Amino acid sequence: MTVTPRTPRAPWRTLRLKSASYRVDRRVPIAALIITLITLTILVFSISYGAYAITPLDVVQTLLGLNRDHPDYANFELVVFSFRLPRIVLAFLIGGALATSGAIMQGLTRNPLADPSLLGVNEGAALVAIGMIVVFKDIPLVWLPFGTFAGGLLTALVIYLLAWRGGSTSAIRLILVGIAVAALLTALVTLILVFGDIRDVQQAQLWLSGSVYGRGWEHVQAIAGWLLIFLPIAFLSARSLNALGLGEDIARGVGLKMELQRGLLLLTSVALAAIGVAVAGTIGFVGLVVPHAARRLIGPSHEGMLPISALLGGALLTLADLIGRAIIAPSELPVGIVTAMIGAPYFLYLLYRNRNH
Amino acid sequence: MTTVSRSITSNRLIGRRALLPLGLIIGMALLGLLLITSITLGAAEIDAAVVYDALFRFDETNFDHLIIQTVRLPRVVIGVVIGAGLAVAGAIMQGLTRNPLADPGILGISSGAAFAVVLGLFIARSLPMSAYALLAFVGAGVTAVLVYGFGSLGRGGATPLKLTLAGAVFAAFISAFTTAILITDQEALEQIRFWTAGSLAGRDLELIAQVAPFTGIGILGSVLVSRQITTLSLGEDVARGLGQNTIWIKALCAVLVVLLAGSSVALAGPIGFVGLIVPHVARIVVGVDFRWIIPYTVLIGGAVVTIADVIARTVVRPQELPAGVVMALIGAPFFIYLARWKVRR
Repeated sequence: MTVTPRTPRAPWRTLRLKSASYRVDRRVPIAALIITLITLTILVFSISYGAYAITPLDVVQTLLGLNRDHPDYANFELVVFSFRLPRIVLAFLIGGALATSGAIMQGLTRNPLADPSLLGVNEGAALVAIGMIVVFKDIPLVWLPFGTFAGGLLTALVIYLLAWRGGSTSAIRLILVGIAVAALLTALVTLILVFGDIRDVQQAQLWLSGSVYGRGWEHVQAIAGWLLIFLPIAFLSARSLNALGLGEDIARGVGLKMELQRGLLLLTSVALAAIGVAVAGTIGFVGLVVPHAARRLIGPSHEGMLPISALLGGALLTLADLIGRAIIAPSELPVGIVTAMIGAPYFLYLLYRNRNH
Repeated sequence: MTTVSRSITSNRLIGRRALLPLGLIIGMALLGLLLITSITLGAAEIDAAVVYDALFRFDETNFDHLIIQTVRLPRVVIGVVIGAGLAVAGAIMQGLTRNPLADPGILGISSGAAFAVVLGLFIARSLPMSAYALLAFVGAGVTAVLVYGFGSLGRGGATPLKLTLAGAVFAAFISAFTTAILITDQEALEQIRFWTAGSLAGRDLELIAQVAPFTGIGILGSVLVSRQITTLSLGEDVARGLGQNTIWIKALCAVLVVLLAGSSVALAGPIGFVGLIVPHVARIVVGVDFRWIIPYTVLIGGAVVTIADVIARTVVRPQELPAGVVMALIGAPFFIYLARWKVRR
């Protein structure tokens, strides 16, 4: 009896469209499916939970429009579509944006501890947003993302320049300078708050700790366009991120226009972090922690890692929002606080695991 | 050897050893002047002569005297006490970890103390001031051990990067819980709001009398072990080679840091960057010998916080800023300078 040796299956699948190709790990679709299912489960429970409780079954039926003859349908519709769904969708989108942003930043700086929040982008964006809210009072929502984007970008550039010495930036200087600039910007925010109207200040303080409380579809609309532009750019830059990860020489060797790619990636990372700040305030640790989890799930290649990070980030923030609402009901914990409680220990664990580097 | 000793003497402002005590006396006089100036400044301008009267010939019916005794004096004293405490704590930490970026605020110790106080207030509703101090000590101590533990894991021990990261992340973590408590508990928030921003306003002398002895013990202890700290700052191997029991000295120093940082936080809430800046300035003035660094740090620390407080309450009159905000505005650029030029690699 002869055993025909099986040819080993390639661990990735290549998608082709004419001359363009995109290679993804075989584990990616399965992981994506599982995370999506988990997210949907969280979504249903998150909608069902609250002062006006709706059973999970009713939630599903309302979402699909199957129970229009139910006596409470009007209430269901109001609570589900106007109150709870928008904030949850917003949490999912922001989580995805933050995680992608962190994954890009880690690939770009080749530093596993990089994250826009450590590089002061969040604080810079927050300072501009607070300034706009306090100074211009009723500023239209759609302008906020532009302001936070500019603030975040400016902060990132300043930190990069301050950390620049002798022709390069070291990861250490980048992180240390980032921490200091963040402290400086936080002090400036406090400065603005001292002058501000007390009602604005209370609003701003809740917002500063990162919250999706009371957010509606208009907030989702305000960031949707940004996501539609920058998420695809991020996913399509996966291959240059891979090349950059091999070192500058190799990246240049495979024909990458290094400075251009780097600039574009930095811009994308900052934009994705800044739009989150515009509608939900500063939410830390998502961009830091999620890419690590994604890498453990499906490996370091960015083609799969970026989309999985986005999904996982969305799932995490949706869950964190639910926890924040449930844990001290009837009041609620801002989602940024919950992510700090979950994310910081994980970060310390990462510090422990990378202790010899 | 000659190059080493030359660099020690030429790298400080006060070159001759004999001048160091004199500098200390002049420094005290300057600090005294600064304090009196600080007392005269405020919503009501008060003459230095009246200040003198209020301090030494107190008249209960004189309105200016009352302001000075109940508002301005406690504030100035508190500034000096916490300035000295935080600065000496920073000096010890920098000497011990050989990390130029060490500071009770940056390493999260102040946040730990703040959390302990808020938690205590949340559970017990209202607390006597001495309990504040005790809680702050416990919080500071636990945090110091945890951050140092995480920061010194692995090869290379407690590098500036690892310690700073561990401190920053731990501070973020523990502050999340502090905020969580304050959000759920309006009453605690009311009592503590200004305190958590790091402010010197609204304390009375009684509180200072309860907490300041701990700072005093901490400073005295630091002066007593300053010789050993100098040896340790040359490196643990060197210290051990010279016959020092490094474990005991380190443990003692940790206790001193907790006493100093904890009592300062109990008095004024978390104020960052004092412990970072002041020891560097002191080193520029007196060199590497901790027997002189510590006394000078006490003086300069008191002066820096007093100046920050004067700025905090004069630039935006009639409103005032928390002194912690002013310290961050001064201190963060200094931190950047250190990170850029003084951290190797």
